[in-house]
Amino acid sequence: MRKNLNVIAAYTIMMVLILMVGIFQSWNIALSIFNLCLISAVMTMGANIQWGYAGLINFGIMGYTALGGLAAVLISVDPVQEAWRAGGFDILMSLWLIVVMVLVIRFVLKRFDKSKIRTYSIAAIIISGILLIRFSAEPGIEAIEAVDPAKTGFLGGFGLPIIFSWIVGALFAGGLAFIVGKVALGLRADYLAIATLLISEIVIAIIKHEDWLTRGVKNVIGLKRPAPYEVDLQTTDWFISLVEKFNSGKLSIIENLADRQAALNQLVIEGSSVFVKLCYSGLFLVVVIILLILTQKALYSPWGRMMRAIRDNEEAANAMGKNVVKQHLLIFILGSAIVGIAGAMLVTQDGLFTPGSYRPMRYTFLIWVMVIVGGSGNNFGAILGGFVVWFLWIEAAPISLFLINFFTAGIPETNALKAHLIESVPYFRFLLMGLGLLFIMRYRPKGILPEKIEIK
Amino acid sequence: MDFVNAIILLLNYIFIPALTYGSQLALGAIFVTLIYGILRFANFATGDMMSFGTMATILFTWYFQSLGVSLGVLPTALLAIPFGIIFMILYMLLIDKFVFKYYRYQKSPPVQFAMVSIGVMFVTQAVVRIIIGPSDRRFFDGEKFIIKAREFKEMTGLNEGLALKSTQVITIFVTIVLVSLLFWFLNRTKTGKSMKAYSDNEDLALLSGIDPKKIVLVTWVIAGILATIGGALYGLDKSFKPFTYFNNMLPIFAAAIVGGIGNPFGAFLGGYVIAFSEILLTYAYKKFFMYVLPESMEPNSLVQLLSTDYKFAVSFSILVIVLIYRPSGIFKGKVL
Repeated sequence: MRKNLNVIAAYTIMMVLILMVGIFQSWNIALSIFNLCLISAVMTMGANIQWGYAGLINFGIMGYTALGGLAAVLISVDPVQEAWRAGGFDILMSLWLIVVMVLVIRFVLKRFDKSKIRTYSIAAIIISGILLIRFSAEPGIEAIEAVDPAKTGFLGGFGLPIIFSWIVGALFAGGLAFIVGKVALGLRADYLAIATLLISEIVIAIIKHEDWLTRGVKNVIGLKRPAPYEVDLQTTDWFISLVEKFNSGKLSIIENLADRQAALNQLVIEGSSVFVKLCYSGLFLVVVIILLILTQKALYSPWGRMMRAIRDNEEAANAMGKNVVKQHLLIFILGSAIVGIAGAMLVTQDGLFTPGSYRPMRYTFLIWVMVIVGGSGNNFGAILGGFVVWFLWIEAAPISLFLINFFTAGIPETNALKAHLIESVPYFRFLLMGLGLLFIMRYRPKGILPEKIEIK
Repeated sequence: MDFVNAIILLLNYIFIPALTYGSQLALGAIFVTLIYGILRFANFATGDMMSFGTMATILFTWYFQSLGVSLGVLPTALLAIPFGIIFMILYMLLIDKFVFKYYRYQKSPPVQFAMVSIGVMFVTQAVVRIIIGPSDRRFFDGEKFIIKAREFKEMTGLNEGLALKSTQVITIFVTIVLVSLLFWFLNRTKTGKSMKAYSDNEDLALLSGIDPKKIVLVTWVIAGILATIGGALYGLDKSFKPFTYFNNMLPIFAAAIVGGIGNPFGAFLGGYVIAFSEILLTYAYKKFFMYVLPESMEPNSLVQLLSTDYKFAVSFSILVIVLIYRPSGIFKGKVL
């Protein structure tokens, strides 16, 4: 109990902060911050597994998040039958061509010894394969994108409940991580960072521009929800009576019956969106707790000890007979898969998929700030980092607005400098993040909750 | 005649734009490579430092314009660049003093440096956005074209026009001058040679009496010059927007690594490799083949290898391929 005091204190402070937002701003804002904190926590857990457990630097978080989001679309949207009829065959043929291409390359790799001719012939196979696929898929893609482009123009998905996409998102992200890991994990740390960053940009470029699969920058809106809709709740009897019961004190003060009804309606509308957010919070909390239990178990298992050994001294671990390459690949896949879950959760909560919104600042670097600030190698620290940094990211604008007004209280409103500062309030969050990261790196390099290794 | 038309077409749409874009990338790539070679970290704040320098240049340009100072046909920004450079260098030295110096003395691993540079990236981004705002800014004035497409057609009687923007000529000219000066400095002067020695083997360089403080200072000064000029030229040619500059970091990294990181000459050529491959692979060659091939063989499709949406993806793919098959870059840099 005693040794976990700092963990408990840190989380209590965090919860009090969110509650204060609920009391002083509104419960709606507090809950949406809380939900995104939970999603960020899942992302940081993924990054923490890679960086904190194994020392692998992955700047491609954005790509895995987007793949998770794509999974949410492909699972939950109803299939567009017409598009399948128009171009489904061509797409399936191209898929077969890709499979054939991969098999041929594998065959060449296995059959022939390493030589210049082999490298060139593989390059030739890939280039001619890409050209072939392009030409065979072109008419199909055009036909699909021509099907009611304002509403669909893509193949659609499988029409399953969106919750399944959380698992599928993990599979997608893990699959990508397998390929990336096979290719890039041999690189030295800072090159791995650059390579993963660029690969994630390639992933985003593909998602943005392959309209037949993802609808691209036209966005997919109105995804199915695992939670009830606000409009339905507002007309449901049990919900209205629930709101009435909660607010009976407040309502009984109002004498006039018509006024009371109007107040109740207002409360029901507010309450419905809070209730929906609470449903999401519950779902996300379950995911976070399951992942936390799993990752904690893994950290203190023999496997976790091996990972730390590899992280701290690769050569020594290798000499002890641990397969460093294989374990690196494994942990890279696991971490990325968790990030994929977070990506699917994010799209589930928003109910829309906007490929244009995936930017490295928000989805890669901010997550890294969370991991570093929270404490790499410590799951509680990583989760706390997700909470603290997201909270500050959202609340930075109001805080800085308050500070600007406080320090320039004597200056009239018409002052150009003051007006300019107030106008640029949204950018103070970058300043806050940067300074926070720099101070933590300098004065507490292990993060708020540093890694603790207990030897039992 | 058709053949000449085809050549002009390629010159107008591929060669000149790629040469311009490549020059801008090359300056950034040399900046990255110098920081990597001498200070030994991958600077993720590259794009934002360039935007800071450009911002300073723009502010001075506006100031000169308000005073009524101009260079006639040349853009006023050329006059403002030296002042922008001074501000950029001051900002870089300030950051070095308060941030990077500590880690240099600690001999931190490169990963930690990279993380710190992400902090610097955030701060710089905030500073630029707070001072000048996130919107698109054009600060070009003076004569826009040296040769207009229509005039060229009238002059030569060809079907294809060749447009030559003054910013393109300025970019290429300034890059050649700057890079020649830089290579002269690195290869011929004592300070330049000691920088190279420091980059090759730090301990040996220190033993032979090279002052590390001076090396670091000179590196930041050169980096400031390169960042400001590279950024300002890009802004003159296209436009200034902080977010674009942040994104430009990625092809710049690609250029530096493709050329062999730590090797300034490689970075210089790497910029052109990236620029040319981006434009060559995404250009639609239909018109070119219409000129070159006989009428019966004219293509129906656009003859475009990749759609222009994948412009960035091309350079990143090249980088990934280089990283895997030739990690030291095309021109041998540091082995990774």
